[in-house]
Amino acid sequence: MSEGDATPVISLRSVTRVYGEGEAAVRALRGIDLDIRAGEFVAIMGPSGSGKSTAMNIIGSLDTPSEGSYRFLGADVGDFDRLQRALLRREYLGFVFQGFNLLARTSAVDNVELPLIYKGIGRAERREKAIRTLQRVGLGHRLDKDPSQLSGGEQQRVAIARAIASEPAVLLADEPTGNLDTARSIEIMELISQLNDEEGLTVIMVTHEPDMAEYAKRIVHFKDGLIEVDGLNGTPRKPALEHADVR
Amino acid sequence: MFAETVRQAMQAIARNAMRSFLTILGVIIGVAAVITMVTIGNGSSQQIEADVSKLGTNLLIIRRGAGMGPPSAGRSAPSFTIKDVEAIKEQIGGVLAVAPANTSSVTMIFGNENHETSITGTDNEFLVARDWNIALGREFFDNEVSGGKTVCILGATVREELFGAGDPVDETLRSEKFSCRVVGVLEAKGASSFGQDQDDTVLMPIKAFMRRIAGDQDVASIYVAVQPGFSTDKAKSDIEALLRERRRVDPGEEDNFSVMDTKEISSMLTSVTGVMTGLLSAVAGVSLLVGGIGIMNIMLVSVTERTREIGIRLAIGATEGQVLMQFLVEAIVLSLFGGLIGIALGLALGYVGSNFMKVPFVPDWTITFIAFVFSAFIGIVFGYFPARRAARLDPIEALRHE
Repeated sequence: MSEGDATPVISLRSVTRVYGEGEAAVRALRGIDLDIRAGEFVAIMGPSGSGKSTAMNIIGSLDTPSEGSYRFLGADVGDFDRLQRALLRREYLGFVFQGFNLLARTSAVDNVELPLIYKGIGRAERREKAIRTLQRVGLGHRLDKDPSQLSGGEQQRVAIARAIASEPAVLLADEPTGNLDTARSIEIMELISQLNDEEGLTVIMVTHEPDMAEYAKRIVHFKDGLIEVDGLNGTPRKPALEHADVR
Repeated sequence: MFAETVRQAMQAIARNAMRSFLTILGVIIGVAAVITMVTIGNGSSQQIEADVSKLGTNLLIIRRGAGMGPPSAGRSAPSFTIKDVEAIKEQIGGVLAVAPANTSSVTMIFGNENHETSITGTDNEFLVARDWNIALGREFFDNEVSGGKTVCILGATVREELFGAGDPVDETLRSEKFSCRVVGVLEAKGASSFGQDQDDTVLMPIKAFMRRIAGDQDVASIYVAVQPGFSTDKAKSDIEALLRERRRVDPGEEDNFSVMDTKEISSMLTSVTGVMTGLLSAVAGVSLLVGGIGIMNIMLVSVTERTREIGIRLAIGATEGQVLMQFLVEAIVLSLFGGLIGIALGLALGYVGSNFMKVPFVPDWTITFIAFVFSAFIGIVFGYFPARRAARLDPIEALRHE
């Protein structure tokens, strides 16, 4: 993940996003500039309707800007077609959602293998990688469990394992702790910040909980479709030292 | 990658085993129906050919009326007489045997047993023409034929029904109009096409038949066996010329009788079976189409139901093509399963049906293969539209779907 400091991984310039047309048009983003470099851990905050989710969708190449440019590692994503955007997601991005979004009736290890299948990785290598990644998030003992047999925190760990199994450049987490209680939330945040610290994984996280945003190294506040504040977090919370990935 | 897609499709199908089964029921029924029809149709055709060849390849059957239509068609045409039979015997070269044959139905009684059967008035040459041997007892004596004695020869079934394992020779059978003394028993020939039992018959001298049963001197049909080495076609045209003259058919007028050889009988009967098989298979084919629409319907429901799953897959890097492939393969695997189960069921039903109808079991592997390919084809055709709908979903919308 040492893409170098010169080129930002993600670079948004004057990005707007308008839904609908004419009188009924909603301007969700009204022109934002945002650069995110390799190894950063950015929290995106803001009230609902501030445009943070729209920005996240655009960064995740699930949506395209109405105007302005989005460059990913220097490439102009605005020119990408559906296939190229799918490939961008597959090769460079990992998603974690608020609602976990695991496939039901599918074991943890099969869920983690899914993106690797789409990457075309062979069966044996895939399985080995999925198991290793699940061990990394502390679920080495729950490989064959279905989502319904796992707690919320465990499900989110599986989702994180699925997102990082394909070794993406950027992890996009949309309210990853929104469905979890405080203790579980802290565990998940510690895991994410560990991944950022120890493996240099670039993390962009949307959250509305200041406690969770405290783990990030940089906090961006959205308001009314614009970036209101963009500043470094001088004292990010650190994972508790005794927390380890053994178990 | 492809093997992986198939494996995932199997998993998706297994997750909804009951619904998957109901989905493919239409295809199962369609394929099974086609294969059953074709199997039984083939068996019937083969049975007809076998039966007709049992008649002998050198056999001609002369009936009144043109062609082999319903009996009423020949009613206006005059019957034959014993003199016609004798004329053919004397004037046509290369004939081995010429026998009149009048048939009626009758209930034969012996002791406490009674049995409804068909009775044919004829003579010993009938046995030659039909290549039928005596198993027990003897043929008719000449004086029995010329004098019209009420003696009879039993088919194997009649003997079985009335006497069981006992010896019927010299016993006397009764019926409503006459009684007759059994002189012999025929060898068993077995069932013929359409389940008709050829051994369920009684033979008696034609003169006795005329006097006791028919009450007139008419001869309904004539069996002619041509000697080996002689042309049946030549004998046929000779007989036609002779009968036209004897029956005073003017030149240019159509025959008021027909001479058929076994090949014609065989091809006529098999063409009837062929038409029946074709019609029934067409109906079965329509049910296959309906089955395909059923698959499309369920796949569309499945796409809607799994919108969120599709969103997840798109978000974690599945391309449009991969999602399309996944749903398409699922539809194909489903309908192939349907096809395979249908083939197995069709062959099983064909086997049972063939046994029931007493025709040979003749599976048609070409049709089986076509049914298999066609069920895959149905999966592609009816799976494509739902699969495309899945692949074109907007990932954001799909992820929001609950």
